[in-house]
Amino acid sequence: MSKFFRRFFEKLIEGILMLSGTVTSLTVLLIVVFLFSEGISLFNTSPVENKNAITVNHHNPVGHLSPAQVKDIFDQKITNWKDVGGKNDSIILFTINDISNYYSEEEIGSNFEFLPEKLDKLVDSIPGLLAVFNEKYVSKNFHGTVVKIDKNNLPDFISGTQWFPTAEPVVQLGVLPLIMGTFWVSIFAILFALPVGLATAIYMAEVANEKVRNIIKPIIELLAGIPSVVYGFFGLIVIVPEIQKIFNLPVGETALAGSIVLGIMALPTIITVSEDAIRNTPRAMKEASLALGANRWQTIHRVILPYSMSGISAAAILGIGRAIGETMAVLMVTGNAAVMPHSLLQPVRTIPATIAAELGEASQGGVHYKALFALGCILFVITMLINMWVEYISNKRKFTR
Amino acid sequence: MNKRIKEKIAFWVFRLLSFGVLAILFSILGFIFVRGIHVISWDFITKMPEEGMTKGGIYPAIIGTLCLVAGSMLFAFPVGVLSGIYIHEYAKDGFIKRLIKLMTNNLAGIPSIVFGLFGMALFVNKLKFGDSILAGSLTLGLLALPVIIRVTEEALKAVDDSFRQGSLALGGTKLQTIGRVVLPMALPNIITGLILSIGRVAGETAPILFTVAAYFLPKLPHGIFDQVMALPYHLYVISTSGTDIKASRDMAYGTALILVLLVLILNLLSNALRKYLSKKVKMN
Repeated sequence: MSKFFRRFFEKLIEGILMLSGTVTSLTVLLIVVFLFSEGISLFNTSPVENKNAITVNHHNPVGHLSPAQVKDIFDQKITNWKDVGGKNDSIILFTINDISNYYSEEEIGSNFEFLPEKLDKLVDSIPGLLAVFNEKYVSKNFHGTVVKIDKNNLPDFISGTQWFPTAEPVVQLGVLPLIMGTFWVSIFAILFALPVGLATAIYMAEVANEKVRNIIKPIIELLAGIPSVVYGFFGLIVIVPEIQKIFNLPVGETALAGSIVLGIMALPTIITVSEDAIRNTPRAMKEASLALGANRWQTIHRVILPYSMSGISAAAILGIGRAIGETMAVLMVTGNAAVMPHSLLQPVRTIPATIAAELGEASQGGVHYKALFALGCILFVITMLINMWVEYISNKRKFTR
Repeated sequence: MNKRIKEKIAFWVFRLLSFGVLAILFSILGFIFVRGIHVISWDFITKMPEEGMTKGGIYPAIIGTLCLVAGSMLFAFPVGVLSGIYIHEYAKDGFIKRLIKLMTNNLAGIPSIVFGLFGMALFVNKLKFGDSILAGSLTLGLLALPVIIRVTEEALKAVDDSFRQGSLALGGTKLQTIGRVVLPMALPNIITGLILSIGRVAGETAPILFTVAAYFLPKLPHGIFDQVMALPYHLYVISTSGTDIKASRDMAYGTALILVLLVLILNLLSNALRKYLSKKVKMN
């Protein structure tokens, strides 16, 4: 009986262990489900916020507009209907706040009961009018045309260059500046960190004696343990003002500041991974090179480095992956301007920083909220691809050895 | 001769750059230490923030971070260790094991802000925990999970197979072997890893932004459904968007120093513990 009980107990524990083993897979699955269900629901929704209706006179041939066109019209960059496929007639803008220019309060009624009727009359009487008002004020026998606005879609989302997720009346959701900002900051960070990190890795693996290495190694580990918000704070207090002074800029919060901070943060990853790769060079190869009369430097740069190249590239890619996903430090030092980056001395904004800065203000289930989840999806896909790539490289290394 | 000079130059470059890395670290630590040390006092650690967080202390943030660390470890430590045991001791080589390992690696690579988004969508909104210690702890726990699993795996790998075979040969079952022989030997390394992951969890900001962290809340939490302040988020707030950034600068230095000290102490502790415990295991 007790034997049976014991076997039952063993099986039970094994079951619990197996269950715990599946937790990570389950989590990844759940992350994918939640992220993508919110993110993908952005598409095929309307970018028009607050249930606004955009209406024109019924003689106006313009039946639909893109969000970018609406923005240009409201920014007065487009002032003539012919620029958006209509007649040669200047555009007269009207929002509900302008109603007092046309009608008195008595005419509208104390409870706005005559507003739909008056709006209808207004749109009908002015041919060049573009009127924006809540769709509940569109009267039943409305004479004008309600303009269709292009729905949010993936190509525009990825390739759009305007990120104004709270713009009125139509939000602008173009994430290209954010994607470019993320890559700029991360790639320049690696350009700083890779030479320094690689040199340190070579020094630790091949040059330094055991004693020095035993001092450096824990310090590098400590560098990895410092919270990112502390790096951000240091960047904000020290690096940002320095950059402002050296380059004589109006603000020091720039892509360069972000790259430097991220570069410092990427160092431990690059150093540890490439040091491992360098140490994995077979002893026989090193000794063969030395026996042929090469000195240590020649051995390093003709034998060890070529041999460990794939490991070093894995380190660089992994570093980029870390840098792309880093949030707080970047949020604190890059200035967060959602514009296409042209130079390192300009404020930029990355995808994680955008999510962190804006999710708090976005109302749950709104267009902005969904757009931020869609950004999260992009981030997830990018980092996933990078992880797979690193996995591929290091697996290849194992097989060729 | 030429090749000797080249070697000299190359090695000096390596040496200089390596010491450059160390110099960067020490300048960061030194800067925060020098500016922060005069801020830290008993009052700073035990008082509520006052006057728009420009005066007073950071007591609620410290307590909040402790709650989050405890909550996340309560969840992540058992699950992570059990998962590590399953992967290393039970799972047979093959598709399932490869899948689990791949997923663990992937989870480790997911940016912390994505954990924040996920935690908000699942724990805060879907399960209706609201902004609470529970939601924040679970999010942080998931973040720490891959680290703990990996540490457990490495620790189990370091236990020589002859111990397992010896125990099995004496008639012990698999569970007895793991529970009485393998785990006690692997424990020092597991605990070291656990301590390091505590440091990571304590310093994370992005995952708690939308799941628990309060901007300003001068009282202590009463239950797991309360919001709390947290050290890293507090540092972010008072250095970027406080009511008076200049006036709260000192508070920021102090908070940064507390965070750095926390990580430093945990690092030293884990190193010391590793040495002590491994000695003890060897003696047995």
